[in-house]
Amino acid sequence: MDTLVTVISANGLITAFAVVGITVWISYLMSARLTAGRIHGSAIAIILGLAASYWAGSVTGGSRGVVDIGVLAGIGLMGGGMMRDFGIVSTAFGVHISELRKAGVVGVISIFAGVIVSFIVGALIAVAFGYRDAESITTIGAGAVTYIVGPVTGTAIGASSDVIALSVAAGVVKSILVMIGTPLVAKHIGLNNPQSAMVFGGLMGTTSGVAGGLAATDPRLVPYGAMTATFYTGLGCLMGPSILYFIVRALV
Amino acid sequence: MIIYGVALLAACLLAGLYVGELLGQLLGVQANVGGVGIAMLLLVLASSTQRFKPLVTGASANGINFWSAMYIPIIVAMAASQNVVAAVDGGLLALLAGVAAVVVSFALVPVLSRFGPQSDPLPPLDSSSGTPGKTDTPGKTGGGV
Repeated sequence: MDTLVTVISANGLITAFAVVGITVWISYLMSARLTAGRIHGSAIAIILGLAASYWAGSVTGGSRGVVDIGVLAGIGLMGGGMMRDFGIVSTAFGVHISELRKAGVVGVISIFAGVIVSFIVGALIAVAFGYRDAESITTIGAGAVTYIVGPVTGTAIGASSDVIALSVAAGVVKSILVMIGTPLVAKHIGLNNPQSAMVFGGLMGTTSGVAGGLAATDPRLVPYGAMTATFYTGLGCLMGPSILYFIVRALV
Repeated sequence: MIIYGVALLAACLLAGLYVGELLGQLLGVQANVGGVGIAMLLLVLASSTQRFKPLVTGASANGINFWSAMYIPIIVAMAASQNVVAAVDGGLLALLAGVAAVVVSFALVPVLSRFGPQSDPLPPLDSSSGTPGKTDTPGKTGGGV
């Protein structure tokens, strides 16, 4: 037994391939048998992943889901930023330049609209919960943009650490909800073509959420959504501690 | 050679991330600005340029398509390493802020999609293979619920 654990732990990435492969296989079985194919296998796989992460986080007290379980540490490498970005870029292979051109302008508009709208929503909820200082309102609003924009903004304008933690939590909620919710609402919001996928990526912005949500909806939409989403966090980090903070400070 | 395709992919990502970092420094923000998006544009440009043809056809293309097909498993691994506990424990404020931002943004998708030239809906997954090597969908799934 000890020998087996040693082998599994020493070959983390390989273990991750095997474990994720089994998870995906079970998910497609569940999709076919339990939902008659109505819920996409990859959506089930992503939800199983999130559920495993919740369970692991409750057991270990760590912040990185199943990665905090020694034998599954390789999942962190497989699902980390490096492999995620490599995978996302590879999906652009076969993308049509004509489709990108079509959504060019509206894609850019959607990125600005996405950052501003999410910020306003987050800031309003901060106010509704009794926050009255510009730093806290801005930081929580920035957290509703993405979980990277929140702490970057909060640190830059000197928000308290518990408010920064809240902003991260808001961003993580957003990211997870986009992963789970996208396949459920895709039909109702017309998310079935490259152009709307680019608008979607620009409005949502959370790279993990968009990547997961579109993968569970239709993998062919991923490159279009990811293309705009990757500019969102940068724009958020640019606007959060500057113009958005100044506007909030002028208002309160 | 498969490695040629993989190497092209890697070169695109590194170049994109580098430009993204430079953009971030130029704008004075602590983030990579669009690095992955720039990398994707580079790959799209390379795959439609005559000079790069040997790197994006035949066996070399398999090197890129492999990673394209590995994308969903990578996302599953990513999901399993999220801090879900923090999201659940963040309390009502974090939950409401996250949920409200998503709901409002979802609602804006059809509004903004109306502008500019429209693209046609993609054909159902089972009738078209889409990008070669990318569809790993057994059975009849039209795209979620």
